[in-house]
Parts: sequence; structure tokens; C-alpha cells
Amino acid sequence: MAAQEVEVAVSGDVLVVAERFGGEWTEVTFELLAAGREVAQGLGGTLSVAALGRGTTDQVKALGAADVVLYADAPELEAFVPEVHLRVLEAVVRSRQPRAVLVANTSTGMDLAAPLAARLGVPCVAYCRRVWVEDGTVVAHSQVYGGKLVAEVALEGPGVLALVAGSYPAEAGRGTGSPAVERIPLPALEGLHSRFLRLIEPEAADVDITREEILVAVGRGIGDRENLGLAEELAEALGGAVCASRPLVDNGWLPKNRQVGKSGLTVKPKLYLAAGISGAPEHLEGMRSAELIVAINTDPKAPIFDVAHYGVVGDVLEILPALTEEVRRRKGEG
Amino acid sequence: MHVVVVGKLVPDLVEDLEVDASGRGLDRQFLKLVLNEFDEHALEEAVLLKEAHGARVTVLAPEAEGVDDALYTALAKGADRAMKLVGLGEAPSSRQIAAALASALPSLGFDLVLTGVQAADDLDGQVGMLLAGYLGLPHVGVVTGVELDPDGSRARVRKEYPGGWLAELEVQLPAVLGIQAAKQPPRYVPVSRVRQAMKEHTLEELSAEPVPVPRLSVRRLSKPEAAGRAEFLDGSPQEVAAQLVSILVERGLVR
Repeated sequence: MAAQEVEVAVSGDVLVVAERFGGEWTEVTFELLAAGREVAQGLGGTLSVAALGRGTTDQVKALGAADVVLYADAPELEAFVPEVHLRVLEAVVRSRQPRAVLVANTSTGMDLAAPLAARLGVPCVAYCRRVWVEDGTVVAHSQVYGGKLVAEVALEGPGVLALVAGSYPAEAGRGTGSPAVERIPLPALEGLHSRFLRLIEPEAADVDITREEILVAVGRGIGDRENLGLAEELAEALGGAVCASRPLVDNGWLPKNRQVGKSGLTVKPKLYLAAGISGAPEHLEGMRSAELIVAINTDPKAPIFDVAHYGVVGDVLEILPALTEEVRRRKGEG
Repeated sequence: MHVVVVGKLVPDLVEDLEVDASGRGLDRQFLKLVLNEFDEHALEEAVLLKEAHGARVTVLAPEAEGVDDALYTALAKGADRAMKLVGLGEAPSSRQIAAALASALPSLGFDLVLTGVQAADDLDGQVGMLLAGYLGLPHVGVVTGVELDPDGSRARVRKEYPGGWLAELEVQLPAVLGIQAAKQPPRYVPVSRVRQAMKEHTLEELSAEPVPVPRLSVRRLSKPEAAGRAEFLDGSPQEVAAQLVSILVERGLVR
């Protein structure tokens, strides 16, 4: 079935695509609702939320920040399967014709936003950090080039926007209104080419980095695998644990359960010491709410310094051992 | 089994990026381009499938400064065929690439398209996912491993879900996958092997008809305004360490 472009009538309505995992709406769903409310207000339209899953019937109330909850509750929608969810979502968008569709730029949302835009023949804006309305035009800030630059783009007509998690306060999207609730008629789900087989539990972790108060995080700047010991020694001196950014985990230097960021875990420790991490948006997403962020990097322009409270421009291979020694010395004094 | 890897060259993020005089585009004069790191993973996964199942691997990338090197390197790593997508002009958007491929790929014939899950310049969406939408093919993104059925009709893929979970999905071929990470880190090939590939292979060209696509109007490209900015500590490593640990002691983080 090839994509078919349609003339989409220009309403001022906004459709948020709720994200669901483990029988719950995820945090980013409420962030999307917070963003969606601002856009709907700017356009003078209504805010709807597409809530697809199984067991959703009893959970529509949690989406009370929207004016309309369009829900589907079916066994076929229990696990996220890109083809299935896209098919249902496409049917919803074609029938409702919203001006803006807001999707999470997450591991599941990324499988919906761009294909949906291609099928509808409307533009897609990836990596959005902010979305607002100016004189009836939807405007977005998209972080491109690993967060080094921000593109301000304008959408004259309808479009799909993928919003980076952590960009809006979830609290603002946890409304307790009484939205109109409508059950979506499911499109035909025969002739599917993909299916869910099983969920793979994360490997049992010797350390749960989401519970640690002190994290020493290492990135590419650590250079060689042998240098990981420097981070481990500091973590041990501080009574914390070592975690890492994606490239080190992809290299197999550290297990997946130590990865912080978009495709890893979100952490909120009391101290996050980022060593040799440049601060790609996908990493910042997982750690920007840490209470105290200290960053060490050779590049003074690295984006990590924009979220860090304290920064050191220097070589982690020199700074880490100096820190370990100093921590041990002070502890010895105490 | 024919696996097509779609890659693209993107600015090397290790370098400084500057905005051009229009204030709406990248200053491309001294830009160093490298193969998108996730496309490296897509290529690795394709070569692993070739080694395990005898798949034929074609690697394809839009023409750009440095694309020849990237394609010869792909051949040295194990790709059978390498093609430049020509006719799209300088720095085509993801949408332009996807739309052009949607019309050019079917004539090439394929069972599986592998692309990097995303690229740093994907302002208007990810190539693989857009392509899947255009072709109406089943797709899975954020994939960390692909296994093929012995008869080559289906693939089992590992996909990332929220919260560090993975799922296993089954997809009938042909399909489009966005690779987050290959089953093993992308292999390294010495320059001598790349030189050998240059002697043994010729790069082919695939002509793309520019297809009209929805365009984003970029009003401004700029460095991000930092919400906050780190307070920098200066001095020798020992001096910096002393200042930093004092801060941690003050906050009760070192006791």
C-alpha cells in the first residue's frame, strides 16, 4: 500500500499521541500534553490525545489535560508494534485532520512520527525542544547536529512534530479535567506484516544506577577501555557508581544497564560527574535533572557545559586521578 | 537475500559548526563530512547478515564530499556493491533522500533496507522511517540486532522500548529497519584494505529524480541559548580537584 497524499483541511486542532509502556502512560505523554495545550491555545483549537493500547478504557481519566480522549482498547495494541500502531494512528489523523500532531521523539515515537508524515504528505519536524504559535503559524525549535545548533522552523500548514523527552514539565500535562471520551473504531488489522514476539527484561544489574546518589559518568573522552579504571576508582572513593554514555555501551565497554540517556536510563542523582561526555541531546535527556552536575571536557564549547553547574576544561585522564586523590585525602582527614 | 544499506554523510560533530551568512544554513565551506555513526552500525549489521546467511549487501549514499572514501571503506568491510545516489544536489534533506529512494529502490530490488536509526542532520525526519512510510513497508526503528529466518522470508529484530527494555519483533520481508546498534561494534579496516577495494571495485551511480516533497521553512539556524552555564574552575588538575572537592564537601557529598 503506497503512501497517498490527502488534502488536509486546516483546523486549529492539536493531536497528541500518548505513549504507553507496561500498562501505564509514560512520563513523556504528560509532557506532550503540556506542549499540546500551549499550541492548541495559540491556534484556538481543541487538544485531543490518541490513546492506543490495551486496558486503556480505565485509564482515560489520567489524560484529563486534553479536551478529547480518542482511545482504542484492543489486544492487538497491547505491545507496541510500529506497523500496527501506525495504521491505527494514520486512520485517526485522516479522520480528525488536526493541524499539528505531537509525537514523542522516543524509541517508540520515532517509529511513528516520520512514517506518518510521509504517508500523509505533510512535513515532519524531528528533535523538537519547543513548539509554539506565532500569528497562526506553528513554530518549533529543533535541536540538530547533536544539539550544537538549533533550527527555528515554521509550519504554514499541518505537520507532525516529534518532541524530545524532558522538554516540557510533565506536571503541567497532568490535568484532572473531564474530557470528552470517544472510542476509536479500529481499522482493519488483517494483512499485517509484523508481530510482537516477546519482551526481553533488562539484564539484572549488579548496580541500579537509577538509585545511586553519586554517579561518575564516562564518555568517549575517556579514550581507551583501560582508562575506565580511573572512573571506577573515583566512584569508589565517592561511594558511587560508574555509568556511561551510549558510545561506550555500544562498544561493549559497559553493560546496557549502565547507560544513561534516551536509549538507556534516566537518572536523578545528587551528584552527576560527567567525564569526557560532550552532551549529545540524547544523553542530556537522561541526566539533566540531576541535583548537581559537574562536567569535565577538553572542548569548552561542549553542550554538556550548558547543563552543568560546574565545569572543568581539561583532560579527564589528568583530572580524574587528581580528584580521586583529593577525595581520599579529605576523607582521611575526616 | 539482498540487503541495501542506506547511509549518508553528515558533518563531523567533533568539529566546530558555523552558520552561513543567510543565518539559515550551515556554512559548508570547511565542513568535514563523515558517514553517520548509526549508518556505520547499519553497515556492520548488514555485513554480519552476509557472513551468517550469505546475503548480498549493497551500500548506497547520496553524493557528497568524501562519499567515495566512505563507500570504498564499506566495500572493504564486506559490502558487495556500492552506489552513489546522484541528482539531488548539495546536502539534500532526509525527506528528499527518502522520496528519491522510494522511486529508485524498487527497480534495484531488495529484501531488507537497513539505515541508521537517525542522523545529526535529520531536521525533517529519519531517512529509513520516511522511506518506510512512502513505500508502505513494515518498519522497525531503534533496532539493536537482526536475525534472518533460514528461508529468508522473515526477520527477527530486537527493538528498544522505553525504560531500558528490549522487545523481539518478527517482520516479514521486505522491510525497512532503523539500526541503533549492530550486534557488535562496527569493524575497523586498515587503509591497505580500502586501497585494495578501490582497485577491485567501481562505484556505481543511481540517478535520483528529484521528487517534490513538503519542505520545512527554516527561519533561523543558531547556537542554542544556554539556559544555564557552568561555572568554570581553573588551575592545575590538583588545584581544580581541590576546588571541586571543597564544593562536594560543602554539599555533604563527601564526608
